[in-house]
Amino acid sequence: MSNVLKVENVTMQFGGVVAVDNLNLEVNKGEIVSLIGPNGAGKTTAFNVITGVYAPTNGAVYFNENKIIENHPQGKMKKLYRGENNGKYHTSLAPTPDKITKLGIARTFQNIRLFKSQTVFENILIAKHCRRTSNLFTATFHLNGKEEAQMREETEKLLKILELENVKDELATSLPYGKQRRLEIARALATEPSLLLLDEPAAGMNPQETDELTAFIGRIRDEFGLTIFMIEHHMDLVMEISDRIYVLDFGKMIASGVPEEIQNNPRVIEAYLGGAADE
Amino acid sequence: MTKKKETIINVSLIVALLAVLYVMEHTLPSTAMIFTVLKKGAIYALVAVSMNLLNGFTGLFSLGQAGFMLLGAYTYGILTIPVEQREFVYMYYDGGIIHFSVPVVVALVAAGAVAAFFAYLIGLPVLRLKSDYLAIATLGFAEIIRAVFQWDKLGPVTNGSNLLKSYPTFRSVIFPFVVSGICIAIIVMLINSTYGRAFKAIRDDEVAAEAMGINLAHHKRLAFVISSFFAGISGALLAMYQTTIQASMFKSAMTYEILLIVVIGGIGSITGSCISSFLFIILSEWLLRFLDSEMYIGDFKVPLLRAGFRKVVFSIIIMVIVLFFRKGIMGTKEFSVRGIYNFFKKRAQRKNAVQGGDSNE
Ligand SMILES: Nc1ncnc2c1ncn2[C@@H]1O[C@H](COP(=O)(O)OP(=O)(O)OP(=O)(O)O)[C@@H](O)[C@H]1O
Ligand SMILES: [Mg+2]
Repeated sequence: MSNVLKVENVTMQFGGVVAVDNLNLEVNKGEIVSLIGPNGAGKTTAFNVITGVYAPTNGAVYFNENKIIENHPQGKMKKLYRGENNGKYHTSLAPTPDKITKLGIARTFQNIRLFKSQTVFENILIAKHCRRTSNLFTATFHLNGKEEAQMREETEKLLKILELENVKDELATSLPYGKQRRLEIARALATEPSLLLLDEPAAGMNPQETDELTAFIGRIRDEFGLTIFMIEHHMDLVMEISDRIYVLDFGKMIASGVPEEIQNNPRVIEAYLGGAADE
Repeated sequence: MTKKKETIINVSLIVALLAVLYVMEHTLPSTAMIFTVLKKGAIYALVAVSMNLLNGFTGLFSLGQAGFMLLGAYTYGILTIPVEQREFVYMYYDGGIIHFSVPVVVALVAAGAVAAFFAYLIGLPVLRLKSDYLAIATLGFAEIIRAVFQWDKLGPVTNGSNLLKSYPTFRSVIFPFVVSGICIAIIVMLINSTYGRAFKAIRDDEVAAEAMGINLAHHKRLAFVISSFFAGISGALLAMYQTTIQASMFKSAMTYEILLIVVIGGIGSITGSCISSFLFIILSEWLLRFLDSEMYIGDFKVPLLRAGFRKVVFSIIIMVIVLFFRKGIMGTKEFSVRGIYNFFKKRAQRKNAVQGGDSNE
């Protein structure tokens, strides 16, 4: 099996805080893999590194076996660096998030980030921009009619698949929470990814909505031939649909394996109970 | 309403507008105040829309408009002064160093291109900054460029602190309407294209836009350069309207005026910017004029009326608008034939529904 995503010795340090500590993981083609861990474990930070929001302090990321990101401690970080594998990496490769998206990695956000003043339809249509072949001139003078029509058609198709057609002309922010989350997924799919990163897709959903989402994630994986990597706190959802699970605590990976292994892993139980006891 | 019908209506409206302007010009005395309002209003509409493209549609707060207008105005003047006139215009600089002139249309495009080129250069470092710094940096640029153009060493090109004059101007009000109209139409088409959607995405949420594959640096620069291009053209039009060019005309106060027009019209509304440009010019050039001259009713001297009082009243009106109509006249809505059609259709439907309800009882 070929891996779609490989994170290698990634450390992300903010000032003195090591948010992600020497993370290593792989996601294989067609899998649904979950990343779990208590609050503040560094899950979102790991996503931000993979999608180019932050350049890692040290380490590398591979996509379809090509190195897309690499970095090593530089400047002030040389002295401050508290992670491992210092000196192993030498080049600095830090593409911006839009480049990563064009490669075929799309994401959603933990705190929903829709385009507020735009309708549901427009939110998805905007995401088609990155696959355009028109340039400023042909687009402005509407010489790209064919492409424009195709963009709209594909948007309609996504709306249908995601069951959002009946609200397509409504403002994105006027939708109920569950639908906003679904719209974020639709928007990510519009960029035509092969790897989809979901940051807590079930956050704020009631049990029924969560069940629907579980089925839905499986469905889009099959329908779009996706590989899915997601962060999630709802354990029912995670255990039901994950092929494999990674567990982070204080930036470090403390366990990995299939759902049964994770469920019975004493370190995981401790990390979660410890976290729960703190709250 | 079909698209074809809509286009026909829009085209006929434009033709009708031009016809009205034509008739007015041939019936009213050419000194009538209405012509000043129309000419200046059309020019301000263009620069306001260009500013709106940046501030309203891309969410980049820039205050360089007067600077780009200056570049456009000078480019136009320098390129179009007839060769035989140069000796008189550049009398302190031995007739200047440029000994050719180009047609008006070429000079207008060049005016935009020069402004756009400077915007590109400034944009490279400045667009990386946070929005508030962008405002300061562009304002600073406008001030610097104004000083540079008055610099004696550049006199052979810019005529230093002396006037540029004798270049071709327009007499008919139709000229600025057509040029502004074409430019605004292009901006509207841009906004309705996939690029315009990307600009709006950046305005709404930069992080999300970038995650959707929109290259922030590239698109911000595009918006900045295009906005400046049209500001440059409007500067050239203003130069034609004023018939002389002097760098000191393009003060930052001019940028604030344009900003006010954009705010009053609605940040993110093209038609709002157009409507408020004309309102602004009507108020400042026409209706409030009387405030500046002393007036007697019988023997009674009306208090407060004196030179400069207009500005005070004007500021108060603007303050009221900004305080109580924060979204401006139009908000982010647009005024369109389709919009009016839909409005009346909905009303008719509601009426029908009510009547239908009655008959059921
Ligand atoms: N830009 C940043 N600057 C400084 N510290 C940061 C930054 N981003 C994240 N951190 C820190 O990194 C740690 C991990 O945060 P992160 O958001 O990745 O956690 P998480 O696992 O996603 O938690 P949650 O379940 O609450 O979403 C936190 O201590 C956080 O304060
Ligand atoms: Mg998180």
